[in-house]
Amino acid sequence: MQRRTFLCAAGVSSLAGLAGCSRSQRQTAGQGQDQGETPGAGQIGDGELVLATTTSTYDTGLLDAIHPTFEETYGITVKTIPKGTGASLRTARDGDADAILVHARNAEDQFMQDGFGVNRRDVMFNDFVVVGPEDDPAGIDGTTSATDAFVKIAETQSTFVSRGDDSGTNKKELVVWEAAGVDPSGEWYREVGKGMGDTLVQASQTGAYTLADRGTYLSMRDRIDLAIRVQGPLRDGPVILKNPYGVMAVNPAKYADVNYQAATAYIGFLTSPQGQSMIEGYTANGSQLFFPNALSEEPNFEQFVPQGYSTQQANALSTRDKQFRYWVENEMPADY
Amino acid sequence: MFFQLQLQLPDGGWTYVVSIILISLEVSLTAVGLSTLFSLPIALFVGFTDFPGKHIVTAVINTGMGFPSVVVGLLVLMLLSNSGPLGTFDRAFTPQAMIASQFVLATPVIMSVSLSAVESVEQSVRDAAFAMGGTDLDVGIVVIKEARYGIVTAVLAGFGRAISEVGSILIVGGNIVFSDGQSYTRTLTTAITVEARQGRYEVGLVLGTILLVLVLGVNWLGSWIRSKGRGERSA
Repeated sequence: MQRRTFLCAAGVSSLAGLAGCSRSQRQTAGQGQDQGETPGAGQIGDGELVLATTTSTYDTGLLDAIHPTFEETYGITVKTIPKGTGASLRTARDGDADAILVHARNAEDQFMQDGFGVNRRDVMFNDFVVVGPEDDPAGIDGTTSATDAFVKIAETQSTFVSRGDDSGTNKKELVVWEAAGVDPSGEWYREVGKGMGDTLVQASQTGAYTLADRGTYLSMRDRIDLAIRVQGPLRDGPVILKNPYGVMAVNPAKYADVNYQAATAYIGFLTSPQGQSMIEGYTANGSQLFFPNALSEEPNFEQFVPQGYSTQQANALSTRDKQFRYWVENEMPADY
Repeated sequence: MFFQLQLQLPDGGWTYVVSIILISLEVSLTAVGLSTLFSLPIALFVGFTDFPGKHIVTAVINTGMGFPSVVVGLLVLMLLSNSGPLGTFDRAFTPQAMIASQFVLATPVIMSVSLSAVESVEQSVRDAAFAMGGTDLDVGIVVIKEARYGIVTAVLAGFGRAISEVGSILIVGGNIVFSDGQSYTRTLTTAITVEARQGRYEVGLVLGTILLVLVLGVNWLGSWIRSKGRGERSA
């Protein structure tokens, strides 16, 4: 009997120890959580913003550079979930994110057409580049057409690593293959299902070509043996390789418990002169990675509404190409 | 070479490293603790009683040990997601979600290993306890005491499964770290995926070494408990 009492006491105390242990760890490890549990006056929603975003904005270090200022200004803790654009959109569709920062306009438009996204704004842009190994087995160095380069890669059966993860970069790659009239298949075409950084590393290790956003490529340039083979529109390349980023809030009418106010505060911060100049000032390996384009004196209504919303649906895509060309000409420094 | 590795801490330095260690331990220890409380009574019940379909139950428990962690993660996320059945609790991408998925992963391991430990206790021990007038609870305590080394092994195996796992917590936790470098749902394993993605293998290796040391420490603690127990018995 005595022993049973002892066992019982031991069980209770170890339980208490476990609970106490996890409590104290939480206090040291996540101060942000306490704010979430006790919403007080002057706080925006639960004081937290869940941001689903692409790996390119996270892995380049851009968000780490600008989020502290946002958090300080608004008293909001940002929880960044870096995923591909496809996965980010799915997370937002399920109501598990408050805002998304992604780069696939067609998928964003579909997202808004389905009523899940509101208050879309253009934020910034850069471009995609085709990168490849030093020996350039497909002989595409200096090609000015992305589609020609892709055709050559397919003809020479040079190894090409594809993201294969429904990310913005992956979507863009498939657009280029389609424009090139090639259905990529065979042992030379490898879908790896990984993030941009992973894919660049793998392409570098296996001497393969891949399509990368310029930001991630520049931020990793010193760690990989890949050179730019086809330039994007930032350096006189084809406009099909444009890469515009957009931010939008998850529709609070769909999910009442998303932090819509924090999301719009975030959109406001990113598109404010302060946020835009922080994006402009962010560099890695000595290069500017993203070019802000939210500020414009001219009206720019297309950024708010999905493609197909206007009656000029048919030529909307080419209008966007012209628009991107306009950003390149007006927003980039002449010496870039 | 090691000196060079030491220098290559991830951005955020030791604050970041310490916070991901704490989150790793908090999530895995809580999941294993809850799972042990849940698994032991079931293992005792299944081990003690004969009922039709017992071997099917045992087979299901054993099969659960090989359950792919990414599938568990996906199911837990769909369950906890705002558009899922438990969406009202708003638990997707939180440490609690990670505890839930590691609980699911660790439970078959702990249940299965402790079940075989319980079953290996000789029938005569149970009979003796019962014959001396013990209630069901008394008999259970005697059996747990006899099987305690096996049960410690079960808990250690469950902990090993939980802390080294990356597939499910990446999906349900979202790999979140606050901008001041404090981890929210980033653990040692998911931090390694971030470093590998960015081609910083050396930093990943440092984190992997820390993870190994942690697992080693916990196992050392386990074998110390076991050897202490043996010493008591022989004394």
